[in-house]
Amino acid sequence: MSILLYFTIVPLGTAFLVTLLRKKKGISDLLAVLSSLYLFGLSLATAGLTKSHGVMIYKVGGWFPTIGITLVVDGLSAFLLVAINLVAFLVLIYAISYMERYTDKWKFHALFMFMLAGLNGVIISGDLFNLYVFLEIASISAYALVAFGVKPQNLEAAFKYTIMGAVASIFILLGIALLYSYTSTLNMADVAYCLSDKAKNPLLVFIWVLFLAGFGLKAALVPFHAWLPDAHSSAPSPVSAMLSGVVIKTIGIYALMRIFFNVLGVSINLLSVLMASGILSMVVGAFLAIAQNDIKRMLAYSSISQVGYIIFALGVGTPLAILGGLFHLFNHAVFKSLLFLDAGAIEYSTGERNMDKLGGLNNKLPVTGYTSLMAAMSISGIPPLAGFWSKLIIIVAAVEAGYIGYAIVAVLISIVTLVYYLKFQSFVFFGKLDAVYNKIQEVPLAMKTALVILAVICVMGGLMLTGTFRPFLEGASNVILSGTGYKQAVLGAIR
Amino acid sequence: MSLYFLCFILFCVGLYSVLRKRNIIKIIIGLGIMEYAVNLFLILVGYRMHGRAPIFAKDQEILNMVDPLPQAMVLTTIVIGLAVTIIAVSLAIRIYEKYGTFDITKIRSLKG
Repeated sequence: MSILLYFTIVPLGTAFLVTLLRKKKGISDLLAVLSSLYLFGLSLATAGLTKSHGVMIYKVGGWFPTIGITLVVDGLSAFLLVAINLVAFLVLIYAISYMERYTDKWKFHALFMFMLAGLNGVIISGDLFNLYVFLEIASISAYALVAFGVKPQNLEAAFKYTIMGAVASIFILLGIALLYSYTSTLNMADVAYCLSDKAKNPLLVFIWVLFLAGFGLKAALVPFHAWLPDAHSSAPSPVSAMLSGVVIKTIGIYALMRIFFNVLGVSINLLSVLMASGILSMVVGAFLAIAQNDIKRMLAYSSISQVGYIIFALGVGTPLAILGGLFHLFNHAVFKSLLFLDAGAIEYSTGERNMDKLGGLNNKLPVTGYTSLMAAMSISGIPPLAGFWSKLIIIVAAVEAGYIGYAIVAVLISIVTLVYYLKFQSFVFFGKLDAVYNKIQEVPLAMKTALVILAVICVMGGLMLTGTFRPFLEGASNVILSGTGYKQAVLGAIR
Repeated sequence: MSLYFLCFILFCVGLYSVLRKRNIIKIIIGLGIMEYAVNLFLILVGYRMHGRAPIFAKDQEILNMVDPLPQAMVLTTIVIGLAVTIIAVSLAIRIYEKYGTFDITKIRSLKG
């Protein structure tokens, strides 16, 4: 299955070519958009193949697994690959016009492609250390992208993010080192196999804590969330969309799911920790979001809150809850990147991010206004839109599992979410237009295209639960539900 | 065992420096110390007393060898650590240009 290799080779090759051909104007846009389009097609093809083949394995360098590195794609990986490459493709289309405001656009494209290679690598890797290396590629390029504007705030946010991210990475590496010393292997399926033979050991609890702290920092769960609002609001808007929409999910939630559910195996204690931290993130993120005046800071806090929903759903742990959690993950990737791109469009047209100083933009920026209305309605759970269904599933699953109190909190936070998105809509798009903004114009075509496509996906997202798309979602949740059955699936596919 | 313990102390020294120091440069140095503590731990994991390198030769029989995999991993983590340090130091230089100080309590244009 050598197509798996292209997920990292193509973006790395593009980054190289972009750097090589930096003198030619416009070529970096073309290369980046084409290669991300290719990756999106490839991820769709992979999703189709996993449906027919089950687990796909590629042995790097022909070395036999447990000695060599393997690349593994199963239902969960295919699901996330589609989400990542979809968002990356649309963000790059948007960036064609948006990044004109910055000098050295090719640097943006090169770093972006490195980040994409790292993200895809994290998803397809079947080896713990390899996962760590890809995770670092994605993180380091994200640190650089946050500082891309080199204004004082960007630098400060990037420094905070670098320190937090590096500490998280060191925790993860220490966890991997301890796990290696315990099982003498790095292949994830083989680690799960070795652990199932051994008796319970207190060392495993320490490894759990290290991974939880490391990936919790990367996913910005609440005690570790301080870096996120700064980093995500200071970055250029396409980068914010990528960071909030995809990066925290890939290197935080996906890696957490893969390692805890499939490799180490879950226990009641872990699930209750996940549930509690999910609820805490939900509540703290939502209440901090209300108080914000800066559009992008509000969206960043809202990300913390929505990630709380996903982690909470994983903690509930019933089949329905996990389905809902993954569906919410996909929806959040779409509508949060759309909202960040809309915030970028507002900033592009008016040069202002403070909600108090804006108002009545709906007449001047109709496309931005209506797409952000769709995204805001979807994220706050207005019925026909995608966000409603995923939240409904999570809450119903929580009630079914007997966590009535938590379910009530989730409903209340959903109302709070509606409140701050209404505030965003009314302060920015409704009301009277300030005379200062009489001459502003709608954003260029490339930006409009990306906004409209994302808004359509946002509206149609509910269809994922029906007919043809449902197996795609179920394939992903089945991988998590099979738990340490992952090792049989992978080791079975090797032979 | 005492080696592992000393390695853990080194890790804690680095963590303390990252969490408690106010000077950006000291924070970066703390990160480096943590990084090296983990590298040292990886080497210790694969180390055997009086072990030798596992290089195959016809006339020799290797009885006691060190595990080479952690050493390969450490090479990779050193490179990654270098990249993180470069990013952090270059950010520190730019921050000093803009703010004129290395003190993180004075660099506060972003409010939570």
